[in-house]
Amino acid sequence: MKNFSEKNYQKLVSQHEKSPWLKNIFWAFTVGGLICVLGEFILTYAKNMGLPKEDAGCVTSMTLIFFSGLFTGLGIFDKLAKHAGAGTIVPITGFANAVVSPAMEFKSEGFILGVGAKMFVVAGPVIVYGVSSSIICGLIYYLVKGGMPL
Amino acid sequence: MMHYLNAFIFGGFLCAIAQLLIDFTKMTPARILVLYVTAGVVLTFLGLYNPLVERFGAGATVPLTGFGNALANGVIKGIGEKGLLGVISGGLTACAAGISAAIFFGYLFALIFSSKEK
Amino acid sequence: MNKRIGERTLYFPSRPSVHGFYSVVGEKESQGPLKDWFDLSIGEGHFGEDSWEKAESKLMETAALGAINRAGLTPEQIQCFLGGDLLNQCISANYASRSLQIPFLGLYGACSTMAESLIAGSVFVDGSFGDYALCATSSHFCSAERQFRFPLEYGGQRPPTAQWTVTGSGACVLSSQGNGPSITHATIGKVVDAGITDLNNMGAAMAPAACDTLITFFKDTKTAPKDYDMIFTGDLGEIGKKLLHQLLQDQNFGAVDNLEDCGCLIFDNETQDTHAGGSGCGCSASVLNSYILKKMQKKELKKILFMATGALMSPTISMQGESIPGIAHLIQLEN
Repeated sequence: MKNFSEKNYQKLVSQHEKSPWLKNIFWAFTVGGLICVLGEFILTYAKNMGLPKEDAGCVTSMTLIFFSGLFTGLGIFDKLAKHAGAGTIVPITGFANAVVSPAMEFKSEGFILGVGAKMFVVAGPVIVYGVSSSIICGLIYYLVKGGMPL
Repeated sequence: MMHYLNAFIFGGFLCAIAQLLIDFTKMTPARILVLYVTAGVVLTFLGLYNPLVERFGAGATVPLTGFGNALANGVIKGIGEKGLLGVISGGLTACAAGISAAIFFGYLFALIFSSKEK
Repeated sequence: MNKRIGERTLYFPSRPSVHGFYSVVGEKESQGPLKDWFDLSIGEGHFGEDSWEKAESKLMETAALGAINRAGLTPEQIQCFLGGDLLNQCISANYASRSLQIPFLGLYGACSTMAESLIAGSVFVDGSFGDYALCATSSHFCSAERQFRFPLEYGGQRPPTAQWTVTGSGACVLSSQGNGPSITHATIGKVVDAGITDLNNMGAAMAPAACDTLITFFKDTKTAPKDYDMIFTGDLGEIGKKLLHQLLQDQNFGAVDNLEDCGCLIFDNETQDTHAGGSGCGCSASVLNSYILKKMQKKELKKILFMATGALMSPTISMQGESIPGIAHLIQLEN
């Protein structure tokens, strides 16, 4: 083709890529905020039941993970997430959805190499980078503080 | 009641930032989650994230930065108790409940449910 | 006899004709604007099978048998089956042909495969290698999502540029005799890569290839857009279609107002939330083998161009940083 330059074309393409970002941000903020309010509610309840702070945090995570897993199974989660975007991805609910959805999806390839192997195909990086960065930072912290017993 | 509002505002804020990244930088959600969890770890070690948790409660712990925060606090606690061994064992010890729950519920729901046509 | 004109356009003197055709679609497609044109709607996407891949293979098999039946033939009378789909190793076509037992060539051209199979079929029939060739392609939303994108229940957000993979299949039997709509010319596309890396913007990756094939065809045949009743592009979608219009203008073709896109025809974004439109090999296949060919049979369309476009993307090489190559194959159909 004559008169065709990749650069000009990519400029042309970017003119067609307007996303409804204001609407997206509104939904992300609202839904994400509400999930955190739900978390705060569970946290407060667990603390009032007499659980220590850390255990109450664990109960909160587990409850949210259970319900977002359940909603994923029922096929409701993705309908909410379609509007909420980062509002459902960023809270722990998004992590649970990322674990449960491939587990369900790859059931057709069996329970070992399907469910078992593919469960962390989406959420794996979060654990890999979370754990690795905490070890690296921890090592630096250990060396800087120095003198602690081995 | 104020703590609910705090959780709403800060949790919503973290999600809104991620949405901006999705819409304007074309970062995939996976990259954003990795960024968030790593940011949570680093900010905690710098002593900046725990004050946010004090102030915003679940608004700071429920988003994935909170997962990073829990990992980092676990490592710090592990170092205090076991020294160098704690660097390795502390993080996942603290997050064991969340990760085990995700694995077990993931398996359970995969047994019960199947993907549906959209 | 030289059967080539211009740079790379093929000319078929025997005018292979469409002897029988059939389309099968999923539930969403059967609720779209073309709902009255399709031959069969399968309802729920499993189609009685226990996996999406097996369902897609059955889709293609059903469409193929439907087309053979409409042509008044049996599978034993077909000398060649040219089929393809989007899945790795072309499994839908492979498994459909396992039961059809027709000499089989598997094709891959992403969403351009329907035109690719028709070109190959026309060459086969026009070269007198057989009386009948069967051309079929398929795609399935669910099998495509899990291979190319995310699990179905994953809570991701589709950007406005994303297209919706059509669940459907279209098949037709080409014959050297008969008086159905005939394939007279074809242009085999070249891969054009404009450096698009966004997996959610297939239309943008395909539009330059579509433009390249289209202007080559016009140059080779010394024709212009107005010489045709309609020009149907494969599945550029809303954004790819707009880009193609702009590219054609840059190439001094002015406004081409008889251009329509199968991906835009098959869904109604307002009510079906399909964003930029339909995609997948099943999209252009099901629209051609229903709406377009039926309109030609009714003589509402006499001379058309059908150009299926494909984004030859693979998640593997995209993750390695490569851009998405586009391709477009074109055939001319005449009554």
